[in-house]
Amino acid sequence: MSTSDLAHLSDSLFTLAIAVYSVALVSFCGEYAFGRKGRVGQTVSARSSATTTPAVERAMAEVGAPRGGSTSTGTRADDAEPREPRSADPSAEHARRTNGALASTFGRAGITICILGALLHAVSISLRGAAVDRVPWGNMYEFASVVGLVGVLSFLAVLIRQPRLRYLGVFVLFPVLVVMFLAGTVLYARANQLVPALHSYWLAIHVSAAATGTGILMVSAVATGLYLIRTRFDRLQAAGRQDIPFPVSLGRRLPLPDSLDRMAYRTAAFAFPIYTFGIICGAIWAEAAWGRYWGWDPKETWAFISWVVYAAYLHARATAGWRGKKAAWINVFGFASMIFNFFVVNIVVSGLHSYAGLN
Amino acid sequence: MTAPPEETVTAETTPAALSTQPAPAPPGPAGRSLWGRARQLWRRLTSMRTALVLLFLLALAAVPGSLLPQRPLNPTKVDQYLAQHRTIGPWLDRARAFDVFASPWFAAIYLLLFISLVGCLGPRIRIHVRALRQPPPRAPRHLSRLPESTSYAGPDDPTVAAARAAAGLRKGRWRVRVRVGDEAGGVVTVSAEKGYLRETGNLIFHIAVTLLLVVVAIGKLWSYSGTILVQAGGGQSSSFCNVVQQYDSFRPGPMVNGSDLAPFCTTLESFTATYDSDGTARQFTGQITYTDGISGPTHSDALRVNHPLRLEGLRLYLLGHGYSPIFTVRDPSGRTFTQAVPFLPQDGNFTSQGAAKFADARPREVGIDGVFAPTATFPNGILTSTWPAADSPAVAIFVYEGSLGLDSGAPQSVYSLDQQQIASGALKKVASVNLQPGGSVRLKDGTTVRFDGVKQWANLQIAHDPTQGYLLPVAGLLVLGLLLSIRIRRRRIWLRCTPMAGLTSPAETPGTPGARTGGERRTVSEDHPREEGPGPARRTTAVEAGGLARTDAGVFGEEFERVVAGLRGTPATAAEREAE
Ligand code: HEM
Repeated sequence: MSTSDLAHLSDSLFTLAIAVYSVALVSFCGEYAFGRKGRVGQTVSARSSATTTPAVERAMAEVGAPRGGSTSTGTRADDAEPREPRSADPSAEHARRTNGALASTFGRAGITICILGALLHAVSISLRGAAVDRVPWGNMYEFASVVGLVGVLSFLAVLIRQPRLRYLGVFVLFPVLVVMFLAGTVLYARANQLVPALHSYWLAIHVSAAATGTGILMVSAVATGLYLIRTRFDRLQAAGRQDIPFPVSLGRRLPLPDSLDRMAYRTAAFAFPIYTFGIICGAIWAEAAWGRYWGWDPKETWAFISWVVYAAYLHARATAGWRGKKAAWINVFGFASMIFNFFVVNIVVSGLHSYAGLN
Repeated sequence: MTAPPEETVTAETTPAALSTQPAPAPPGPAGRSLWGRARQLWRRLTSMRTALVLLFLLALAAVPGSLLPQRPLNPTKVDQYLAQHRTIGPWLDRARAFDVFASPWFAAIYLLLFISLVGCLGPRIRIHVRALRQPPPRAPRHLSRLPESTSYAGPDDPTVAAARAAAGLRKGRWRVRVRVGDEAGGVVTVSAEKGYLRETGNLIFHIAVTLLLVVVAIGKLWSYSGTILVQAGGGQSSSFCNVVQQYDSFRPGPMVNGSDLAPFCTTLESFTATYDSDGTARQFTGQITYTDGISGPTHSDALRVNHPLRLEGLRLYLLGHGYSPIFTVRDPSGRTFTQAVPFLPQDGNFTSQGAAKFADARPREVGIDGVFAPTATFPNGILTSTWPAADSPAVAIFVYEGSLGLDSGAPQSVYSLDQQQIASGALKKVASVNLQPGGSVRLKDGTTVRFDGVKQWANLQIAHDPTQGYLLPVAGLLVLGLLLSIRIRRRRIWLRCTPMAGLTSPAETPGTPGARTGGERRTVSEDHPREEGPGPARRTTAVEAGGLARTDAGVFGEEFERVVAGLRGTPATAAEREAE
């Protein structure tokens, strides 16, 4: 195959991957919609106060101790939704079970389709690399594609540890699809060579670390967003509100705040050293290419901002009075700064990092 | 710590006990004395909360540095901005918003952060070193209140059960301390701890961050960099020596003494650029010769993008390139003047702009300004380039005669003629032509201007930073510390082995005399018989287990179960787990 054939095939597979992810998204929607309604049946405080005395609870809350994981039960209770109290009404019980089975069918189908999509996506990226004879993350389109794939893969990795979070697939695939759609339309760039400054093995190392970090942090941001929705939902419900408005009403079926928070923390903590490493590699490369390791170029400045904000997030999780909602907001700011760095700084603000490939 | 005893126990059982983090500073005044207030202020400054706020401020302070034009990066853009924003511009300028990263307020934030870091690192290192030397702490009173807890009944008496558990834990590389006789009633406790490397890693990370700040600051003081444009092809205009006067721009750090820069001279012998079929550059190569030191042999080397020349005291980079059209002016008296003048590229195909100044031409000085194209076309009569290589070069120039205004002493741009001279009529436009190499134009007074051909120029940057070599190891330390800190969990497990009254009799447990006497200290021996016959008498110890981890409790929960199940000898079945 000629390189242009490879490039075309890569583009087609990219589009196909979008289509397949969309089907997976619909399937996850099905799982979410038919999922058990009683997930809110019990609240965290109800569960943990059964096994933890208020004094200890308070002390733990103060130092940012994880709550909830109280006794040594086999499956971590808080990774899953609390058990629903059995309904007394047999027909309701029957309906619940059918819905449950349906939901799980949808969920399993969603995962399978999602994995298929990830495979197509990975092949698309590899073919692009073969077509241009370099690593396939040299412009915004390619970078966004890699970030999307990393996002999907890191969600799948989260599921290995917390399989009950599967039905959150909707919320992960949605941003992934948005990113891929933008990549395929506004950011799209034909398979092409790069300017000399990018002819370096540091392109492989620095940019892959940045893309991996970004993809994982995207999943972290999703978990954080859901955490904020869920806690807000709990608060409104506890206050007796009946008409809970849309995004917050999603909280009805979300996992317990603790598992969401933990998912957000684990992913961010996993990504942070990778992102740090990526920035350091960027500095090494900048030293060789531009004559200085750090020059406060807009791209560098925003990478610095994101790094500091994520450091603050990890820090906040250990700081009295900052764990929970405040820390979650820091995570949201962190990802907002990453998005800004990618879209606004690349496209609007000019700098040395002009690799966007848009013109 | 002036907390009541009950609270102290509680604090021990919280994850904070597994870290060296400073306790939150108590609110309110800490006494009226100056010393008390100073201490209070210091505790505030070195608290986690302050560090967090300072981190936030640092991120926030960097934002204008990326959204407003910055002088060190692009002074012309700053001037444009000031010209366009006449009211807010000067205020921003006064606030140093156009040089954020050298502004006093940015420095203030990172200095405070630095002080906070250093201030909290000292005590943290002390606490951690102490913790490394000490055995794991006593079991808290209520193990069931810990985030992880369970209980089971075991064979043997407490001493044996504890010894066996201790051995099992040690095999799993836990640091273990068995305490006999600490608690009344024959109770034996086991304290085990693991993951000290987490705190070590965290401290390494923070130390590395501190070092990074120090090294970067020192580097800023003693480093310098500068750029110089040289023509390719050897000779005077291709050479450069490392003295301040020769630089086009020179940025020294505050501690740099401009008079004794490292002796170094270089000549750009040739320059080549290769292009892809779509005109994007593939590679630039500058062949140089250089001498390092006051006198020494001449070396040669090739500078490429991403491949600087690295010497002991300085680094030499190839940053940009362009074309220098060569003009020869022959004045009516027959004297000739030849100049290759660098033109500035305006687009990717190197359509370039510039000016040539012949101040020695007589009777009038001659000025040229115009456009150069390496591969020329004239769509609509305007010269533009369609290809970056010099395949069919051409210039479109205006020729001026009169006074260039160079002797007025005011600095002029090398890339344009003085517009005031033109506006005042001191410099008059006398011709407007398109020329190909070899082509010339004859002016009315007999002066001829010829376009001879083209040379390439390159922009070189020289940089010197004595601290740069230390940054990489520090950065490596930073990542290493971070990985240890994030991937390793510090955790504790306690077991409390209590004799179960009524189920044991001395006859059935011959190897354990005094099992129930309690209160006296004994050494633990492990040679007690384990199997002592059938019957309920084997269950003689009630074991209560509790566990605590710093961060990420979910994963520790699984480990806790595994460890406890291992200690108890039987893998905990799902049914049992349900039962608990
Ligand atoms: C440039 C400044 C700082 C940065 C970038 C920074 C960054 C971080 C990061 C990323 C973590 C998370 C590591 C982990 O989760 O294991 C952390 C933890 C920590 N930081 Fe900092 N930090 C800074 C300054 C400080 C200061 C001034 C203090 C003193 C109060 C401090 C005390 C701590 C402590 C005690 C922890 C461990 C929290 C725990 O026990 O889990 N840091 N820091």
